[in-house]
Amino acid sequence: MTTVESRAVACAPQGPAPVRRNTELSLLVFAALVPVLAYAETGLAMDGRLPAGMLGYGLGLGSFVLLAHLSVRRFAPHADPLMLPIAALLNGLGLVFIWRLDKARELHPNYPAAQNQLLWSGLGIALFIVVMARLKDYRRLQRYTYLSGFAALVLLAVPAFFPVRAGDFGARIWIHLDGFSIQPGEFVKILLPVFFSGFLMVKRDALALASRRLLGLYLPRGRDLGPIVVVWTLSLLILVFETDLGTSVLFFGIFVVMLYVATERTSWVLFGVLMAGLGFWAVAHTEGHVRGRIDEWLHPLAAAPGAGVGQIGQALFALGSGGALGTGLGQGHSWLIGFAAKSDFILGTIGEETGVTGVIAVLVLYGLLAERGLRTALAARDPFGKLLAVGLSAAFALQVFIVAGGVTGAIPLTGMTLPFVAQGGSSVITNWALVAVLLKISDLARRPAPGEPLQPGTQP
Amino acid sequence: MSELTLTVMRLGFLAVLWLFVIVAVQVIRSDLFGTKMTGRATTTARRGGNPTTARQSSAAAAPQQRQQAPAQQPRQRRGAPTHLVITQGSLAGTTVALQGQTITLGRAHDSTIVLDDDYASSRHARIYPDQSAGAWVVEDTGSTNGTFLDNARLTGPSPLQPGSAIRIGRTVIELRK
Repeated sequence: MTTVESRAVACAPQGPAPVRRNTELSLLVFAALVPVLAYAETGLAMDGRLPAGMLGYGLGLGSFVLLAHLSVRRFAPHADPLMLPIAALLNGLGLVFIWRLDKARELHPNYPAAQNQLLWSGLGIALFIVVMARLKDYRRLQRYTYLSGFAALVLLAVPAFFPVRAGDFGARIWIHLDGFSIQPGEFVKILLPVFFSGFLMVKRDALALASRRLLGLYLPRGRDLGPIVVVWTLSLLILVFETDLGTSVLFFGIFVVMLYVATERTSWVLFGVLMAGLGFWAVAHTEGHVRGRIDEWLHPLAAAPGAGVGQIGQALFALGSGGALGTGLGQGHSWLIGFAAKSDFILGTIGEETGVTGVIAVLVLYGLLAERGLRTALAARDPFGKLLAVGLSAAFALQVFIVAGGVTGAIPLTGMTLPFVAQGGSSVITNWALVAVLLKISDLARRPAPGEPLQPGTQP
Repeated sequence: MSELTLTVMRLGFLAVLWLFVIVAVQVIRSDLFGTKMTGRATTTARRGGNPTTARQSSAAAAPQQRQQAPAQQPRQRRGAPTHLVITQGSLAGTTVALQGQTITLGRAHDSTIVLDDDYASSRHARIYPDQSAGAWVVEDTGSTNGTFLDNARLTGPSPLQPGSAIRIGRTVIELRK
């Protein structure tokens, strides 16, 4: 019989698994060239010549992402090949659009923003490399479950204790240090999934199995309802004290998504949506700020006396004038979006200048990034990694949905930045760190385990 | 700048943006259906080895498979069928790589594919390469309930076309490229 021989063959090393780092490198070159093209087009359209800083921006971001790529090669050789190029492309496009808005007019506040954004992107990629190098094994984060939960709460609560400033537009989510401001709520996007995955890993069996069946739904026991009620209350408290609708939706959304993934119970999703709806209905009736946002969502074209349409109306006009193919980069009238054109409303400019074709491409890129995150969750071998990958991808995808939905009038507008694209230092830094953690999980998930037979199931 | 240049650049930018999206999707696609699996299978084949590849890691189905001595080793032609896929029945999802050896099907423990199927006989059927015809042939080996090829009961050895379904009891097996 040759059975023994063939067994020996099955255990023999079969060469390295494909690591796809070269795919990543070529995609990265592509991703660095697209913004350079956009940059040239904007300059030609606005000044009639190639912009002077074209090489500077191109090489600047290009060398940053090259460093990031080298760190992936060194520290996470089996990681997903798509996340880094997509993030780099989105970041590069964001830089071009911010630079373009800088040129349009000295938009208030902070001008010029593009240099700062490039600097923040550099810092973000530096943090990316630090996470790559220092986070040897993401499962260690599990030890810091409650610490990260506590840190998240502190970061969420801190801005409420700082004096409110005139330029904050109602929401108290910034900390102003001299010269610049940071938005601590952004970092919560990473801390909360760490806390939730650590927590749910321990509790998920109780949440999934100990329930009574009623009308085809699995109702959780009262004592298991505890955590969801606590999170719900906290997110409402943020909403009330900081009037920050976006963060509280994000906060609660991540929790419901992770609860659903951990327990596979649809009833949790129903509960979550019901409770969120109830809470926001109540807050909308008591808080003037939130009610104003809802009114503006319902009647975006209602002009205020003595002024034009509101911000959503302006964004809708920008999207409409873009049409199918857009006016071309640098040829729109985006400075007409008076408020937060570079941050929350940057999707309006993208829509005006690249049309629905460009907006869909950008949204598909976000979708691909989130998909790679969920794919990582599927491939991850340990429950903590699965939950963490789901939580981080959900945070990312929810943020895109919240801000894109707000700008296009699908849901009430909440102040959030479009990840990687919009101006905002805290946001860019956090998103680069988020991608780094996802890549670490993906590295471990795609790495062939030592001694594992490469053809599973062939041994009797 | 002339209007034409700007229009070309505008459309060019959108095209390049979408090209990136398409390339990214291609990368995902090659990740899913990459040449990785077949590459491994042919490597093993060249070394004279291991006929079964269970894609399903379900412990219940996989360990029952036995290796069969490679009786003949014809060279694989390009485009020739490379594996059998079980599409229905309790083993659904399992694939078995074809390496030129006879594959026996049945409830008997020494079959290549051990069928856990109430309607299968111990030695139900066999699938073997026919050198003269250059095709894989399925033959019923005296089963009680019969072997069906595309809904017709087999009466003698019949050549298999890729994609045609062999049904044994509740199990359906297909030859794939």
